[in-house]
Amino acid sequence: MAVRILYFAWVREQIGVAEEDVNLPATVETVGALIDWLSARSDRHAEALASRERLRAAVDEAFVPLSAPIAGAREIAIFPPVTGG
Amino acid sequence: MIRILVSDAPIDLGEEMRLAGDDGALATFTGTVRADDGVSELMLEHYPGATERALQALAEEATGRWSLSRATIVHRVGAMVPGDRIVFVAAGAAHRQAALDACAFLIDRLKTDAPFWKREQVGGQHRWVERRDSDDASAAKWQH
Repeated sequence: MAVRILYFAWVREQIGVAEEDVNLPATVETVGALIDWLSARSDRHAEALASRERLRAAVDEAFVPLSAPIAGAREIAIFPPVTGG
Repeated sequence: MIRILVSDAPIDLGEEMRLAGDDGALATFTGTVRADDGVSELMLEHYPGATERALQALAEEATGRWSLSRATIVHRVGAMVPGDRIVFVAAGAAHRQAALDACAFLIDRLKTDAPFWKREQVGGQHRWVERRDSDDASAAKWQH
């Protein structure tokens, strides 16, 4: 499955890219499984994504828990807890 | 009527107040950059598209819950300095209690529901602002 992955804030800085297109194996079924899969891409990914409780996600622009399924997603964003306002 | 604006331009308070209208009661909140601990610059990052979508959903929820005549959310992004306005929210209604409650709801929930991230510049270093538990508590009190 071809998906665009977006990173924001310190997740983006630590990984070193704002977005990347990946081809996911069918075995990657949830946001949490995606984070595991992405962590294996490089040391920078592994370091940025190491602490789950500091990560939040959105699938196709809607906030979801890390347990959410990703079937059919076109765009998945991974980022720290938000701090606007 | 709902007005959502995410922009790197300074927030024009006079213009926003004019657009926010006066339908009996108008409550507004304006947030500005603080110079805490020697912060010299604040960089606001956001998730284009998802941010506007989240703010629109929030404004719609407030409009339905308090029968607002108008709901406004304006958020600045990009580089700012202490004293600059970051955010302006306004709730217009027929009576004050609805306007005041809706305004508080909008700013409390904006802090937890919209994808913005603050990065502070202090001296030659920058640091990402951490989420505060008190923000989660303020947003949670509206869940009923």
